[in-house]
Amino acid sequence: MGRRSTIDVRSVTDTLGIERETQSRGSQGLARFLGWFSLGLGVTTLAARPQVGRLCGVDDSRTAQTVLQAAGVRELGHAAALLFPRRAGWGAWTRVAGDVMDLAASTTAMRNRRGERRRRLMYTTWALAGITAVDLYAAVQVTRGGRFRASNRVQASVTINRSAEDAYRFWHDFENLPRFMSHLESVRMVGDRRSHWTAKAPAGRRVEWDAEIVADRPNEMITWRSVDGATVPNSGSVRFVPAAGGRGTEVRVDLEYAPPGRMFGAALAKIFGEHPQQQICDDLRRFKQVMETGEIARSDGSPDGTNTQQQIKQRPAQPLAMPRA
Amino acid sequence: MKATCWIAPNNVAVEEVPEPKILNPRDAIVKITSSAICGSDLHLLDGFIPTMKKGDVLGHEFMGEIVELGHAARDGLKIGDRVVVAFPIACGNCASCQRGLYSVCENSNPNAAIAELAMGHAPAGIYGYSHMLGGYAGGQAQYARVPYADVGALKIEDDLPDEKVLFLSDVLPTGYMAAEMCDIKRGDIVAVWGAGPVGQFAALSAYLLGAERVIVIDRFQYRLRMVREKCGAEIINYEETDVMDALRDMTAGRGPDACIDAVGTEGHHASPALYAYDRAKQAVKVELDRPHALREAVLSCRNGGTISVIGAYGGFIDKFPMGSFMNRSLTMRSGQAHVQRYWRPLLERIRRGEIDPSYIITHTMRLEDTPHGYDIFKNKQDECLKVVLKP
Ligand SMILES: [Zn+2]
Ligand SMILES: [Zn+2]
Repeated sequence: MGRRSTIDVRSVTDTLGIERETQSRGSQGLARFLGWFSLGLGVTTLAARPQVGRLCGVDDSRTAQTVLQAAGVRELGHAAALLFPRRAGWGAWTRVAGDVMDLAASTTAMRNRRGERRRRLMYTTWALAGITAVDLYAAVQVTRGGRFRASNRVQASVTINRSAEDAYRFWHDFENLPRFMSHLESVRMVGDRRSHWTAKAPAGRRVEWDAEIVADRPNEMITWRSVDGATVPNSGSVRFVPAAGGRGTEVRVDLEYAPPGRMFGAALAKIFGEHPQQQICDDLRRFKQVMETGEIARSDGSPDGTNTQQQIKQRPAQPLAMPRA
Repeated sequence: MKATCWIAPNNVAVEEVPEPKILNPRDAIVKITSSAICGSDLHLLDGFIPTMKKGDVLGHEFMGEIVELGHAARDGLKIGDRVVVAFPIACGNCASCQRGLYSVCENSNPNAAIAELAMGHAPAGIYGYSHMLGGYAGGQAQYARVPYADVGALKIEDDLPDEKVLFLSDVLPTGYMAAEMCDIKRGDIVAVWGAGPVGQFAALSAYLLGAERVIVIDRFQYRLRMVREKCGAEIINYEETDVMDALRDMTAGRGPDACIDAVGTEGHHASPALYAYDRAKQAVKVELDRPHALREAVLSCRNGGTISVIGAYGGFIDKFPMGSFMNRSLTMRSGQAHVQRYWRPLLERIRRGEIDPSYIITHTMRLEDTPHGYDIFKNKQDECLKVVLKP
């Protein structure tokens, strides 16, 4: 495994003189641009509806005014979907869906228009078709690029108010990992450097593999990788760096999976779900909770603790009906 | 058990819900003897705090008796102890807690990722205060689960009645912190926007911390009367008097040395046009807050003075007078109260008789009547200032 994909990765030197690799944000940039474009379009449409209506050639109809207002509000929605998340993922597709609606509306409107109005509507429709093409390109780029990069390599970090020794010792006992890595069922040490991992997969299935420690620098770093024959070959490293000014320990995790193949996407999804990046961020948050407080924070709305994927479908914040096992 | 549940904006109901259970080793279960409705609950009621769900149990100011304890919470606490519970849920172990910044605890919000989307970084979890702030069931109920009870529950060992110690859970430390953030020096004049419970306690605390004069601004005569009689503050009714003119006059042109915003997101403005401006934008969610008090505080404050923001805000504001703020060397400090940092010294003051916070209670009612309590509190009917609920 050791080989690292250099596609879409470039390095930067930060203010502390530390060289870091960053991921290209090319397609993200286009999505962001479209986000700002949506914002401008939405505000213009809402603020100057009559003028916009005239420009498009639908200023003669009352329905068109309502449709325009709805479109303006919708553009604001696109802007929010594209601009607020740190990574514009599926937000880009909301614009494509909106474009399809607009195209449908303008072609319908064209049937009832004649002369000058029809001409202006035709320009509008062509412009819309152009925008749709750009949006489609951006959406495909963002989601495809996002998924491949996110799956191939995942990095996350957290600062823990404990010493590097404490954090290293806890992590080094791999049998502790399932306490905060929610997708892991168990890790069993089967030798000095060898461990057997069992992970939960959807539909009650599980995935198992053996891993070995590749490098081990006490209180500094642990690197491991799956041994040959794993369903999803993977490797990872965790570094423990004392934070400046006695602010605890910076824990940085770097996971890498087998280079993309046909099986790869499906196999990976089985283990880690759709968002490995979010998964590892959640894992580190729980690692911090366990290290600092000895427990995972559980609330009535999130009785299973920090789990970003489940947050949208959270239960109401009421005590649970049944005691938890 | 019975609990007050949020159903929809402007709709709360007392419903039958399951009793809480110990989920973690440091938990305690408290049988509630008194809880209160807070001004910041009104932001939930009005639907201005995002991520509320139908059925969420409300309430973040409560106290009671410990009836169950997790094995790791038994140090210093035992079953039968009478405790007040702090509204910010804090672990006591993270870097923020250890700096005394309990309301930005790094571990107590299991939904930190939602809060990060809205705020950049996540604050602590709060009882009954939206899923963005943790999704914890609140205390306007018969029982409540208290996580990290060793940090979040303050034992009351003498026979002080609930009425005197209940407000250690929120409004008293909140008012005190508002005044403390003003860094009061001898001779200082402090202006306080809002004569609700927090504004009242901010005024009281400003005097305790050495302010020469305290001026409180509100529009309800009964609240102003109370703050004048109980705290000795001077008052301005902004519906009758122009606040900026009055403050300029009262300070001979200097402006107050410190200005406390104890109003927050749902401020009113005497000018119908200005009020309508923010109200309209809030209605279409372009702006989440109505920052009238904050704007006025910035513009009124003396050059080089301090703005202390303790009123609850939820999101984004428009038309913040940044030019005035920057050019006049103002300082702004803010935060949800770090209750656990203040409650022991404040309990001491209550015990010594220096503070009796119970005077703010205007209504005591049964838990079943909570919806009525919300109604009169929100609409300032029946001279309502603070409602205490008895399960
Ligand atoms: Zn409160
Ligand atoms: Zn903490």
